Amino acid sequence: MAPYEDKTEIQKDITEMVHQFVDEQIIPNAEHFDHEDTFPEAIVEQMKELGLFGVTIPEQYGGMGLDLTTYAMIVEELSRGWISISGVVNTHFIGSYLLMKFGTEEQQEYFLPKMATGEIRAAFSLSEPEVGSDVQGIKATAKRDPASGDWVLDGQKMWVTNGLGSGVVFVLMRTDPKADPPHRGMSCFITEKTPWVEQNEGAFAGLEVPPKIKKMGYKGVESTELIYSGYRCPEARILGGAEGIGRGFSQMMDALEVGRVNVAARGVGIAQRALELALRYSQERRTFGKPIAQHQAIQFKLADMATQIEAARLLTLKAARMKDAGVRSDLEAGMAKLLASETGKECVEQSFRIHGGYGYSKEYEVERLYRDAPLLLIGEGTSEIQRMVIGKKLLERNRI
Amino acid sequence: MKICCLVKEVPDAAVQKRIDAGTKRLDRSGERTLNPFDTHGIEAAMQIREGGAVAVDEIVAVTMGPDTAVRALHKSVALGADRSLHLSDPALSGSDVCATGYALAKALETEQPDLVLLGQQSDDGECYTIGAVVADHLKMPSLTQVIKMDVSEGKLVCQRQAEYGYDTVEIALPAVISVGDAINEPRYPSLKAIMGAKKKPLDTKGTGDVGIDPSQVGEAGSKTQVLGINPPPPKQSGEIIEDEDTNETVEKIVAWLEERKLI
Repeated sequence: MAPYEDKTEIQKDITEMVHQFVDEQIIPNAEHFDHEDTFPEAIVEQMKELGLFGVTIPEQYGGMGLDLTTYAMIVEELSRGWISISGVVNTHFIGSYLLMKFGTEEQQEYFLPKMATGEIRAAFSLSEPEVGSDVQGIKATAKRDPASGDWVLDGQKMWVTNGLGSGVVFVLMRTDPKADPPHRGMSCFITEKTPWVEQNEGAFAGLEVPPKIKKMGYKGVESTELIYSGYRCPEARILGGAEGIGRGFSQMMDALEVGRVNVAARGVGIAQRALELALRYSQERRTFGKPIAQHQAIQFKLADMATQIEAARLLTLKAARMKDAGVRSDLEAGMAKLLASETGKECVEQSFRIHGGYGYSKEYEVERLYRDAPLLLIGEGTSEIQRMVIGKKLLERNRI
Repeated sequence: MKICCLVKEVPDAAVQKRIDAGTKRLDRSGERTLNPFDTHGIEAAMQIREGGAVAVDEIVAVTMGPDTAVRALHKSVALGADRSLHLSDPALSGSDVCATGYALAKALETEQPDLVLLGQQSDDGECYTIGAVVADHLKMPSLTQVIKMDVSEGKLVCQRQAEYGYDTVEIALPAVISVGDAINEPRYPSLKAIMGAKKKPLDTKGTGDVGIDPSQVGEAGSKTQVLGINPPPPKQSGEIIEDEDTNETVEKIVAWLEERKLI
């Protein structure tokens, strides 16, 4: 790999395959699924066959054992097609990360092989109707039933991507309401459920999935509430077992750090697509006797987009590579997420402007991008939260 | 049954193609990939194997090209080939279609395939002829632009795209078949297949290893010589018929088409 190159041979081969898959299977079909707001099952089934649900899961569990960097490259390609597709993979990736890093051996052996093939898909959940960025304020609780030793979960969760179709949800619950600070009293539960079922029964009774939330964009993949009321969870399904009690907050924050790299890659992907559409349209569309791409006003927009994308991509790869090397990367992951998600929104808007009136029409792909991109400004920590984290870290590292 | 798939490394479709004025050859410095047309040949081989009408013992990807062509072989293996053969020798550089066909035929002789499959054209040179040249040297029957194949013991029944329809032809094996891209939809290589491709056997052979006569290959051994390269003539602008009276317009269009015996 030459010093200026981004990818190894294997990474090139993998992204080339995913790129082709996106061009042939995702981009031509995204409009349909977006319009109908239906789950792209046929695409997801193909992705299972290609091994895209087991990218980072170790080979011993049937995965590919690839690193975060390669995963981020795959996510960029998928998001270039449609961010809802990377949304299907993303929560699954977070779930497998939690298991790989904090799960007991039994938990890993039970879940990871089924997750590597995509047989069960994972979701994760922190937010509640009244709590988003301020995770320490969650209200949902789990209480130990002294008779059986099981934990009983109660509370309402919000904005759960893949909330209905997933077979397992990693959910953060308050297990010690008196803990001070509150985050020491939180635990992560591995809650199994029946995929695509609203009222769970039998062993999973007490978990209800209300109808999916109607959204501006990011369609096709469902975002739901989850209502836990008397859902029973054995202690063996606390992430990390009994030792995981009280560690849920830090486990989730750790996972969100890799999640930020993931969202950054999605920002780069959607921005890249916005640029591609702008490059094509601006060479086709003519005003004042020439293609609009020959006007400096448009060229400047294209130049800014391409420059921002390259910078966001490099920062995303840097954060991923640091994480892979085991180097602390919270600052870089936050920066990557901030820059790339803002770049996504910015490039989509510029592409929309270049498309003029047609960009406002549902006939053109950029209209969907315009509705999809804002998700990335919110999901996995808003830009404002990223800035708070970055600012705090900077001051910590540069204290006088 | 042993199937050999001829594959070629070509510039990536996204790369702006350019002719090097000095060498009068295609500038291959950019990103390269497996010739997309050849992926249909590999898929056809996989479908014969999976179809079960005959037992396929081995699918071998064969290429001639510089060191970088190894990537095209890896991709061929990721798509289903069991192993690959890389014919690589500086002496082969500059070979024209005839010389390349001869060299590939010599390499194939060492494999003794029952069936040779390849894409109908390469994405760069687009000669459409290499299959026929290879077949001539191997003294095997050959068909081009095949879009359907039914294999049975010792023979193939092929449908080939012809100008005014389809020819159905029975052909005895061994044979060389170049396939059209309508024959199938190549599968995507799974991550597992991509990761495993580098571990599959790859033989690299030089001209001497497969008995190639050095005087028959390379620039000197080629029977054609590129004297000059010119861009294609600009497309003539079409005839525009203004639609003032639609009946009249239709008549004009019909007359125009009849004049050219198109209807």
